[in-house]
Amino acid sequence: MRTTARTSRRAMTFAVVAALATGLLAGCATDDDSGSDGGSSGGAGNKGGTTVTIGTFGVFGYKQAGLYDEYMKLHPGVTIKENVTTRTDVYWPKTLTRLQAGSGTDDIQAIEVGNITEAVQTQADKFVDLGKEVDKSQWLDWKNAQATTKDGKLIGLGTDVGPMAICYRKDLFEKAGLETDRTKLAAQWKGDWNKYVDLGKQYMKKAPGKTKYVDSASSVYNAALGGESQRYYDKDGNVIWDKSSGVKKSWNAAMEVATSNMSAKLKQFDKPWDQGFANGTFATVACPAWMLGYIQEKSGDSGKGKWDVAAAPTAANWGGSFIGVPTASKHQKEAIALAKWLTAPAQQAKVFAKQASFPSTPSAYAGLKPQAATTTFFSDAPLTQIFSDSAKTIPVQVFGIKDQPIGTAITDTGILQVEQKGKSPAQGWDAATKEVKDVLDQ
Amino acid sequence: MTSSDEALAQSATSADTAPGSQEPGAARGAQGRGTAPTGAGTWRSRLYRWDMKASPYAFISPFFIIFGAFSLVPLLYTAWYSLHHVQLSNLDGQTWAGLDNYTNLFQSDFFWNALKNTFTIGVISTVPQLIAAIWLAHMLNYRLRGSTVWRVVMLTPYATSVAAATLVFVLLFSPDTGMINWALDLVGIDPVNWRESDWGSQAAVSSIVIWRWTGYNALIYLAAMQAIPADLYESAALDGANRWQQFRHVTIPMLRPTILFTVVVSTIGATQLFGEPLLFGGVSGTKGGSEHQYQTLGLYMYDQGWIVGNLGKASAIAWSMFLILLIVAAVNLLITRRLRKSQ
Repeated sequence: MRTTARTSRRAMTFAVVAALATGLLAGCATDDDSGSDGGSSGGAGNKGGTTVTIGTFGVFGYKQAGLYDEYMKLHPGVTIKENVTTRTDVYWPKTLTRLQAGSGTDDIQAIEVGNITEAVQTQADKFVDLGKEVDKSQWLDWKNAQATTKDGKLIGLGTDVGPMAICYRKDLFEKAGLETDRTKLAAQWKGDWNKYVDLGKQYMKKAPGKTKYVDSASSVYNAALGGESQRYYDKDGNVIWDKSSGVKKSWNAAMEVATSNMSAKLKQFDKPWDQGFANGTFATVACPAWMLGYIQEKSGDSGKGKWDVAAAPTAANWGGSFIGVPTASKHQKEAIALAKWLTAPAQQAKVFAKQASFPSTPSAYAGLKPQAATTTFFSDAPLTQIFSDSAKTIPVQVFGIKDQPIGTAITDTGILQVEQKGKSPAQGWDAATKEVKDVLDQ
Repeated sequence: MTSSDEALAQSATSADTAPGSQEPGAARGAQGRGTAPTGAGTWRSRLYRWDMKASPYAFISPFFIIFGAFSLVPLLYTAWYSLHHVQLSNLDGQTWAGLDNYTNLFQSDFFWNALKNTFTIGVISTVPQLIAAIWLAHMLNYRLRGSTVWRVVMLTPYATSVAAATLVFVLLFSPDTGMINWALDLVGIDPVNWRESDWGSQAAVSSIVIWRWTGYNALIYLAAMQAIPADLYESAALDGANRWQQFRHVTIPMLRPTILFTVVVSTIGATQLFGEPLLFGGVSGTKGGSEHQYQTLGLYMYDQGWIVGNLGKASAIAWSMFLILLIVAAVNLLITRRLRKSQ
């Protein structure tokens, strides 16, 4: 009797320890997932020679498109290792500190468009000038301009760009009695985001079920601002966000959305937003090319053939990255060669076929082939045509060092207060002003 | 009587044999080995004496070296940064700011808002959590079938990672599709926008903290309760005290030091609250909601330092947090002393 009690207690203690240990380990795993390096190597079988490391955030599609394996086959002496940090807010500070310390960087570092100006203005001497290594005319002019310093040094090669279109639910539009043909629709709102918003008022009059016209006011703001040349800074690097014509136009369009009933009031890339695609709670979303895959994945089969794509009111850009070679890289020569190869038109086209990341090199546009599944999902819309038209006409935008935090202050404080808490646009603007001052305070 | 005599005798003998209790360890050790080093001047005996003196320091040094490298140096470096204008993108280009960062901070609404939130979230998470923990511990202190199972179950939330727990709570508190609004709807209460309403978001964040830490504190209380001699309860029962009276007049007074300990630990935890509100906020969690309604000091520091890149200001926030913790510790010390005197 007694012994059995003791053994069972011992077994129980063991179970506790085991449970705790697995719990802690699981904890580490989940934490890691959202934080530090989730290292993943490019391929096996290539031992010896040089190992070139590439540091990225999120999915770049190189591995998915098999580019690493292909390159290693072409260059038997080279092994590629990709270090992925999924969260940009973790990736960029880490990269900044490593660049300045001059150690710990990867041989190739990815730079997000929101950080490129900061890199150009403060880290230019930490990067190799790639302008001498490549034929710059391959890239879109505005893409090159973003990564070029005042004295003409190119610190990063453009990967993808984010030309904008409007993704809309054909079936919901039909029920609401709106035009469903993509070219006629595009003509209805061409040139002005306010026309796009006005159509929303029409939609809401006969909106099917509980559906809304657009996912959020912030997405309209971001999309509209993506087509303005004047943003938060002027050419000399002065903050002009509160006088900027681009900000004013975009803010007003967003306020129209936030104060009328046409927004589903979701926050992009939040769980409820994902569910919004699956449940079909909104009829349109401003979609840069890279968002197509996301929409397709989150909507699942329920959205197949119901979504369509029309040209956006103005040619606009949202997102896109660069890859640069830090001077601290130990294998500069190999790294430059790899960066050149990865961003060449042929490779960018391969990434597009797999990941729908849109090339920044116009010569790739002729041969672009989106995946068959994506085309059928979006009702056979001429995706490459729509996005390349947009990409070629996007204006050169002036960025500044704190573009990203200023943008977040406007969308996540100013617009969100109006949209979610029923504040007046003036109150929202005041809150955003206060927030931007806090951001710029040194 | 006899047992205490025995105990006395035993302690006397153990004192005799206890190493180093009556004579300095070094001398004793030398005697013990005796034979080898005879002359006090030989290098071997000197080495030996040096070894006896230095070894203990060598043995405890790993902690202090690691503490110095990973705690003390960063602490001082942060203090240095807090007196400068420093941007994350330009670490070498710092300029002297004196106390500017601090004066700016004390004039900033965002700082006071974060401090206020840290305090209110701290109170509404710590108080219910500790009360629930005592109650749970009291229940578990009774004879129960499978008591170990209950104790293990209580500790599981603590073993869950913050990230996993918070993600589940985010789903529960989702305004449109969450289970909590659905349940409220069943009883006829209007849905709450848990992320954007002021008290709603704070309550939601607190609930994650309470869920994670209640079992942990309950186990600490339980351990303390089991150390209370049973005869106290017996005599209380003889005097006619019911269970509630026993709890109030025997358990609580005997638990006082333990309660103080948990209060101190929970207060420190509450002041540093970071992971739960960050993940609860979703995509731009460092803002703590559109009106910063659940932005804690930890979040504000992270936002300023790593998102916005104002490292000098972030360092000033870090040091302010440190000073606040020192004040909290001092207040706790005062209260402890008071209580001891009153006993």
